[in-house]
Amino acid sequence: MNRPGQRLDCRGQRCPLPVIALARRLPELPVGTVLEVLADDPAAAVDIPAWCRLRDQQFVGSPAPGTYRIRRTH
Amino acid sequence: MSYRRWVSTSTPAGYFDAAAAAPLHPVARQALLAALADGWADPAKLYAPARRARQLLEAARGSVAETLGVREDEVHFTASGTAAVQAGLAGRLTGPAGPGPGAVLVHSAIEHSAVLHAAARHRDAGGGVVPVPVDRLGRVDLAAWQAAVTGPGVALAALLHASHEVGTVQPVPEAAAACPGGRVPLLVDAGQSLGRLPVPAGWSLLAGSARKWGGPPGVGVLVVCKGTRWSAPEPLPGGEPGLPAVVAAAAGLRAAAGEAAAEAARLGPLVDRIRATVAATVPDVEVVGDPVDRLPHLVTFSCLYVAGEALLHALDRRGFAVSSGSSCTSSTLRPSHVLAAMGVLSHGNVRLSLHRDTSGAEVDRFLAELPGLVAGLRAEAGV
Repeated sequence: MNRPGQRLDCRGQRCPLPVIALARRLPELPVGTVLEVLADDPAAAVDIPAWCRLRDQQFVGSPAPGTYRIRRTH
Repeated sequence: MSYRRWVSTSTPAGYFDAAAAAPLHPVARQALLAALADGWADPAKLYAPARRARQLLEAARGSVAETLGVREDEVHFTASGTAAVQAGLAGRLTGPAGPGPGAVLVHSAIEHSAVLHAAARHRDAGGGVVPVPVDRLGRVDLAAWQAAVTGPGVALAALLHASHEVGTVQPVPEAAAACPGGRVPLLVDAGQSLGRLPVPAGWSLLAGSARKWGGPPGVGVLVVCKGTRWSAPEPLPGGEPGLPAVVAAAAGLRAAAGEAAAEAARLGPLVDRIRATVAATVPDVEVVGDPVDRLPHLVTFSCLYVAGEALLHALDRRGFAVSSGSSCTSSTLRPSHVLAAMGVLSHGNVRLSLHRDTSGAEVDRFLAELPGLVAGLRAEAGV
């Protein structure tokens, strides 16, 4: 079940803004939910997986450039 | 016009960017002034002042060779560290000694941009390029390296000795041992380590940059081991360096290498203090790079939810000069390829690189101010 339940559009935002938005939104969702983040700043490709590692959240993957899926694990 | 009133010979307190440009070593400054007085003539000419200049050039070459433990005829001076790397790669890949079209260049994913740019040009010209990944600490994956350098058509491998961005020292002897002898020479970019660490074993080509060891800007060194299939590119990329600068670079290298062990023993604990204190006093920070196998003078960390550019400006206003691998601080607006290859946080990134004038008091002032600056920027961002 890796289909996103929610979507967060951060296109046009520069890092760290997409990561800040992700950190704010994810705890509002039920545990197990997959959040899809759209971010066109190239730094997001590095920083969203790194944030997931630092925060023990699951980085599900990047199905397309600029699209990132994160599951709330706790 | 008088320059005197704005010329300062002391390093400003809070300058923590030696990895970009180390303050000129006093021995290099003395040598530069002496060589400007005595070595201004064109060393290629056939008269007495030219012979004097030539003597100075050969003495500089001899000094560099002795400091690095190599032969004099293996030492080439270039116009910069970047030019040294370019000459090293081009002289093997494209010169008359080259392996022909389609040759493969293997390099670590975290090489200096000088190598990456040359690799891109090599690929555009029809050559093959194989980047080798690194782990989270920035150490090259030796199994992947071994597979890459023993692959078909490999003509050259490039591995930096120590990362200019995160300080991690690479396992150069092991990487060299994996290269098939004779067929795959190893170019080691030692830009950050010459004059600071002993030269590692196993290289065929060794490149360095004078302004990183306390020499003047505008001088690079390329050492090509006797027997390596390499020919000097004509013309040399970037042209010939100026003779007085070469003399100063050689004097600076000898002085820096002589002090290296003592400086490492002094700066290493300061870097340890920065690593430990930043991790303890700044919430949500990731200190990156190998904590043990690293350059003695360089430390990098990333602060979650902070823009690197904003942090650099805040530190600059408090009198601190640091560098950053964050995308917002680069001209390309892309994050550092080194941080990306390691998979570590790229925003809020700060690199400090210390030098012989750095004092513990300066470091302590930085450590006292940093937590408040980071907290202020996070508050502004609403975190």
